[in-house]
Amino acid sequence: MSQSVEPAGIATEQAALTKRGGKRHNVSAERTNWPAALLFSAPAAVLLIVFLVYPTIYTIALAFNRGRQGAFTEWVGLNNFVTLFTNDPNFINLKTFPPTGAIWNNVLWIIFYTGFVLGLGLLVATLASRVRYEAVIKAIVFLPMAIAATALAVIWKFVYSPDANTGLLNAILGVVHIGPISWLGDTSFVNAALIAAGVWASVGFATVILSAALKGIPTEILEAARTDGATERQIFFRIILPMVSLPMSVLAVTLIVNVIKLFDLIYVMTNGGPGSASRVIAFTFYQDKFASGQFGQGAAVAVVMLVVLIPVMIFNIRRFRQAAVV
Amino acid sequence: MTQHNALAGPAIQARPRTLSGRIVKAINKTPIHIALAIIGLIWLAPTIGLLVTSFRPRSDIQSTGWWDVLSTLRFTADNYSAVLGAQGMFQAFINNLIISIPSTLLPLTIASMAAYAFSWVKFPFRDSLFLIVVALLMVPAQVAFIPVLGLLKPLGWTQGYLAIWFVHTAFALPFGIFLLRNFFITLPRDLIEAARIDGSTDIGIFRTIVVPLSVPAIAAYGIFQFLWVWNDLLMALVFVQKGENFPMTRAIQNLLSQYATEWHLLAAGAFLLMVVPLLVFFSLQRYFVQGLLAGSVK
Repeated sequence: MSQSVEPAGIATEQAALTKRGGKRHNVSAERTNWPAALLFSAPAAVLLIVFLVYPTIYTIALAFNRGRQGAFTEWVGLNNFVTLFTNDPNFINLKTFPPTGAIWNNVLWIIFYTGFVLGLGLLVATLASRVRYEAVIKAIVFLPMAIAATALAVIWKFVYSPDANTGLLNAILGVVHIGPISWLGDTSFVNAALIAAGVWASVGFATVILSAALKGIPTEILEAARTDGATERQIFFRIILPMVSLPMSVLAVTLIVNVIKLFDLIYVMTNGGPGSASRVIAFTFYQDKFASGQFGQGAAVAVVMLVVLIPVMIFNIRRFRQAAVV
Repeated sequence: MTQHNALAGPAIQARPRTLSGRIVKAINKTPIHIALAIIGLIWLAPTIGLLVTSFRPRSDIQSTGWWDVLSTLRFTADNYSAVLGAQGMFQAFINNLIISIPSTLLPLTIASMAAYAFSWVKFPFRDSLFLIVVALLMVPAQVAFIPVLGLLKPLGWTQGYLAIWFVHTAFALPFGIFLLRNFFITLPRDLIEAARIDGSTDIGIFRTIVVPLSVPAIAAYGIFQFLWVWNDLLMALVFVQKGENFPMTRAIQNLLSQYATEWHLLAAGAFLLMVVPLLVFFSLQRYFVQGLLAGSVK
């Protein structure tokens, strides 16, 4: 079933680890063909070991070290982590309510960015499926996916400009005599403004995936429900929503990964400010730790990112494996 | 169906047969059309606003909003010549090409080869090693920065393009191997067996059968990777350390920090950065959408 509801790129992974692919062709060559195996995999293996495996191990070790100049200078146990979580208000500050700091902002991003992208994605996909210009609407909403986060940042800085002669948003609010508001310069608005820009950039992605899922719902089921007198609302909540819940959860995981890795948009739009109001974890890593040479603490932040991503890694691997069994 | 036109396809609805049924349906649909019009507007206005601004004279930009453009109707290409020339955007555009082309072709080649080994060459622990590659997909780039910089900086690689080429290539591999292996494995086994029996070597099978039959998957991956590198800022911040080698993302970021409100320069700069991805989007939409959807695991 999942093959029919997911678009091409994602469906291939199901096809991939099926028993057929995984086992059957092993029979073909009984003995290891060492020259071929080495020739084809050595370049990738060398690059992966030098640039991913070795650095990951190094960074995990460095997280427990002072790490001056990026070298192992003095082992400090869990000190880097303790400092991060208890004595670095830019990273997480639980002494205020609501909390502040990069971790807290990431939580806000996960809740609101993921929620709005999924909700709006489903809305646009549902609405678009009912009109003939569906492809045009989807292309328009998908377009931001092509644009660099740096360019998105310029586009949205322009929309949010506090000058009502420049910024579209303040110009519109000016019509009803509100503002102008400094969307990116005010700590109470900055995160909402950034998340809105992020949502705008990602809704098209959700729309395309969910639209493919909607098309996987058999027409007979919908028609049968209509014949039996189900309202559109009932059809949506009782049939459509349950049937897209799997692609929705896969999408949610993808969006959460996006949030953990989020950097460019924040770096270009607000540089983490005003003050430290809009920092996120990947920004803290780069600006507060890496660029300022606090490599031990930087490594600790990277490890925190890695730890947050490990459940996702397990989720994905299990998903691929399950696909192999089904 | 979704394979060939990810953005199109028939609408889910029962078509009424009578004329009155159609009219009722059309009236019922008015709120949908209005909602979609608003959505279309929200998704187009910010980008169009910046595009219009990039062609307006500086004095107009400072006195009126872009939505008033119909009352002034003055357009100029001066903003573009200013960013391309004095602001060094032309050099940055060239740098983008210098960075992006090898950073696409290298992983394309290396990942295809490894994917072939993972799908059609037998070796011990193959499936376990493949799971490790899948796990590496999730490693954030930040994890590599400190040790890799420590490795490459003394070699002087960050002063040229070598560092950024290698880092982009390595970080593209897990996704590329994953995607291509999953495609290669669906190729008909009989075809490959037959070639083997006819005496083809693995290199021959790879070049004459696997790669030609996998053009759609390779193209989707190539486009995804090209745009990924083209649009990247983070890796360039860390691994391109000489100003004359900066790609456009860094040039724009510099523009922003120097001229935060000079919108005539920023708008033109942002559009120069966007023009190649937009061309790819409009000309290769199918591969583009597929590549991005597949790339969502990255």
